[in-house]
Amino acid sequence: MKRKDSRGTAHANGKNSKHGAKAAAKGADKSGHVLTQAEQFRLKVGLAEMLKGGVIMDVMNAEQAEIAQEAGACAVMALERIPSQIRKAGGVARMSDPSMIQRIQKNVDIPVMAKVRIGHLVEAEILEALEIDFIDESEVLTPADEVNHVWKHDFKVPFVCGCRDLGEALRRIGEGAAMIRTKGEAGTGNVVEAVRHMRTVVSHMKKLTTLTADELMAEAKHLGAPFELVQQVARTGKLPVPNFAAGGVATPADAALMMKLGAEAVFVGSGIFEVGDPKNPKSQRRDQTRMAKAIVQAVANWNRPDLLKDISTGLPAAMRGISLETLSEDQLLAKRGW
Amino acid sequence: MPSVAGDAARKSARKVTVARVPATKPAVAPKRAAAPRVGVLSLQGDHAKHGETLRAVGAEPVRISLPEHLAGLDAMILPGGESSTMLRLLDATGLRVGVEEFVRTRPVLGTCAGLILLASQADRLPGPTLGAIDITATRNAYGRQVHSFTDPVDMPALGGGVLGVFIRAPRITRVGKGVQVIATHAGEPVGVRQGKAVALTFHPELTDDARVHAWFLRDIAGFKLTGVRA
Repeated sequence: MKRKDSRGTAHANGKNSKHGAKAAAKGADKSGHVLTQAEQFRLKVGLAEMLKGGVIMDVMNAEQAEIAQEAGACAVMALERIPSQIRKAGGVARMSDPSMIQRIQKNVDIPVMAKVRIGHLVEAEILEALEIDFIDESEVLTPADEVNHVWKHDFKVPFVCGCRDLGEALRRIGEGAAMIRTKGEAGTGNVVEAVRHMRTVVSHMKKLTTLTADELMAEAKHLGAPFELVQQVARTGKLPVPNFAAGGVATPADAALMMKLGAEAVFVGSGIFEVGDPKNPKSQRRDQTRMAKAIVQAVANWNRPDLLKDISTGLPAAMRGISLETLSEDQLLAKRGW
Repeated sequence: MPSVAGDAARKSARKVTVARVPATKPAVAPKRAAAPRVGVLSLQGDHAKHGETLRAVGAEPVRISLPEHLAGLDAMILPGGESSTMLRLLDATGLRVGVEEFVRTRPVLGTCAGLILLASQADRLPGPTLGAIDITATRNAYGRQVHSFTDPVDMPALGGGVLGVFIRAPRITRVGKGVQVIATHAGEPVGVRQGKAVALTFHPELTDDARVHAWFLRDIAGFKLTGVRA
């Protein structure tokens, strides 16, 4: 128990705790060389780089994981219920049962990700013990901490976090996120929020590149973001980690749109396994495979309308989707976290 | 603050100094002074990182995602990423035939997933590999991401060590006749060459050291790199 506390304290103090040192020691390689935080971070961002140009699919069981792999997903996200079902079910949504995650790990060769509640560092430790490849600290699950996110530098496993704007993205990177994604509005099949978030992040990055050095501190204050990261974005015009899209992607065209707006890869949650007729499992599996393949091809060919036309032709009906005006404030997942 | 984009910025800022390569005799005489056009397979993976490194050594990266992009290339790079995804997209895009033809005779560098594609055999894949190098590769052979690591790799062609970034890396479990081991880590082969095809299990493109790319373009492909001091 004490060990877990020290992780929390480390965050509050902003210092390396005993546990932090221990986490770094775990990173020792075969020759006994202890990886520094920077070296560890290079490995984490490195995996995110490998996922670029790909599609990461939410899957609820080993069979769906196989469908995803067969369709060409570059990774899968293991969770007990896809976001659309979490919406319907209500209640508190938590980390998935380790046994279901392990079954998926056994069934596919591609990287396996899983979600923890915002700020739930023990769920994160459990996923690390499971040797999950990437942890999504996700607003789709019910937050465990309304103030603090997980101090992600303490972990060997890389984290992805959602954002609605540039300040939020840079705060998460400051905490150690190795990949950023838009929050979008998960489980709605409605891409409008993901578009808003991606455009907000990209246009703010553009703005930073036009500012002079003496304007950046005020901008960092306005963004609520770490100053060094603000300076870095002003210099490079892009996030220091890969920038992916998520939340409401339901069709190949949605996925290609996100790429066109600046996403470097796409997460698809409910958009694949909400497709098809659940009363006819065989035809449903076929429909889901077709939708999954089409989205993979759309992401690879996002700038080719002539190919997107063929990719989008004759597909099974996309998930029904939800118009956001029909959701009340407390049903909006993107508002979780800050 | 650890920064990947920062690496990239430094990489291009220091393009003259980082790309220095020990003077070794080129396998082929330099044939042209213009920047070589190097196609980077861009179906999925870290192709953008290879693009940055190529620019740093004075080469011109060309994104390959469709068969028409194969025309007029001087060399090719198969990047890191998810090998099974890349193989499926090679078929879906109709690129397989052209890429296969290219990598069997022309200069090609593969890293990580790229090594798997170039191998004659690899495990658990949806289709045949490209078979440009007679090796057997085992995918993801060090374990999941928590077992990814960085460690110096011995690469005599570069006069010694180069930083090896191993991410869910494959292992080379068999080296065929006619295949030369060009890099080792802990006594194990992590880099191989057969003819003009070079493959590494690690990711030089994720560091700010461009020597591997410079060596490949100069000593394997036989290009004179302009803008790079030899």
